[in-house]
Amino acid sequence: MALDPKIIERWHNSDLLLLGGSAGSFKPIYNAVKIFPANLNKAVMIIIHRKKNFFSEIEKLFADSSRMLLREVSDKDVINNNTIYIAPANYHTLIEKDRSFSLDVSDAVWYSKPSIDVAFESASDIYHERCTAVLFSGANPDGAAGLLKLRNNGALTIVQDPIEAEMSEMPQAAIDMKAAEYILTAKDILELFQL
Amino acid sequence: MQPDETITTPQVTEIIDLVKRIYGFDFGSYTKASLKRRMTRIMQLKRMQFYDLKHTLVNDAGFFQQFLEEITVNVTEMFRDPSFYKAFNKQVIPYLSSYQHTKIWCAGCASGEEAYSLAILMQTAGLRKKSFIYGTDINTECLKEARKGIYSLRKIKSYAENYQMAGLEGSITDHFTILYDAATIHSELKQNTLFSVHNLVSDNVFNEFQLISCRNVFIYFEIALQERILDLFYKSLAPLGFLCLGAKETIRSDNFRTKFKVINQKENIYQKIGS
Repeated sequence: MALDPKIIERWHNSDLLLLGGSAGSFKPIYNAVKIFPANLNKAVMIIIHRKKNFFSEIEKLFADSSRMLLREVSDKDVINNNTIYIAPANYHTLIEKDRSFSLDVSDAVWYSKPSIDVAFESASDIYHERCTAVLFSGANPDGAAGLLKLRNNGALTIVQDPIEAEMSEMPQAAIDMKAAEYILTAKDILELFQL
Repeated sequence: MQPDETITTPQVTEIIDLVKRIYGFDFGSYTKASLKRRMTRIMQLKRMQFYDLKHTLVNDAGFFQQFLEEITVNVTEMFRDPSFYKAFNKQVIPYLSSYQHTKIWCAGCASGEEAYSLAILMQTAGLRKKSFIYGTDINTECLKEARKGIYSLRKIKSYAENYQMAGLEGSITDHFTILYDAATIHSELKQNTLFSVHNLVSDNVFNEFQLISCRNVFIYFEIALQERILDLFYKSLAPLGFLCLGAKETIRSDNFRTKFKVINQKENIYQKIGS
């Protein structure tokens, strides 16, 4: 599918790219991390559901394959361009007005901490239309409400096509809530990221 | 989500001002994204619009107590971040065992889980009888829970994995008396503890400590307030006293980096240097 000029323009105007997913999202997100150029000219924030206490290999694997700087979010980190931030396990990650991160240990949302909804909702408050968000495969509806808020605030919102997603529930929940402006295959999403 | 049960950023500021004026609690230096989320949550729970929230806060002091409980995050675990407790055992306990007496301040203790986790560590190291643990929080309801030391068995069991990963012997339930669904912390762990109200934003030094643990509290504070509290901690610590912050809470300011030596970078364990 050819990507229309409107989506490309809005992608170019984004300062922040949000990538959210749960079961089955590791592969498409990993593929994205691999293709980002060092000078993407945006900040990237990744929110993947994971279990607490198990020091996951995700950071290491991602960092080894990324040309961008990559780090796990620490409290009050300032959001820099050309950096990939990973939301840490057992915290919610929020964004403050001065474009820095703040963390929160309050209750899990949809049994998940980090919650994609929490990150998306707070990003929408700060970035409005200067933001692109993608919701990938997952087996629960976390992220859909946050994606809707992003869309209502003018962000470019995309979901991975549930037909090809390993777990369709997460992208489908977003589609059902009319939160997804575009439904794309992982291949098209990667293509957009390279434009 | 009902659109009318949300709150805008200027309205959050309005509530902060109102609460300060009427109740004397100053949330002005709390991180706004989290406050906004908490306030939205209260409004959704109580099915309130912004004006209802304002009106009820002004007219109903009882409601303010509920508001305070919701607004301050009281989620806590026993042995949260097991790797911290492991590092603590290895790097801090040996120092503490050389002391005649250890006074510990658990700042922002919520319902006491962390204070009792430290009590268990001290007991395991044979130091419980020569230590005293002060737990403080701004939330009086949570402090009542902490004083009781009674938790649901289900909750305690959910900490079993943390306990095991912290490298401790036996099982977490060994430290509790279990009756039906209630798990009561053993009385020798409750001895030498005191839970009382202290507001990190407005209250001052109240004792001298060999150890201050304040984990996952700074995340709710803006940097200027964090630094003010670091100063309070510095003044409250005995020479070479320890400060433990949360896994994602690092001392960044140059001023304080010269006042605290890093004992464990990953776990954010510091030691007071200088006088």
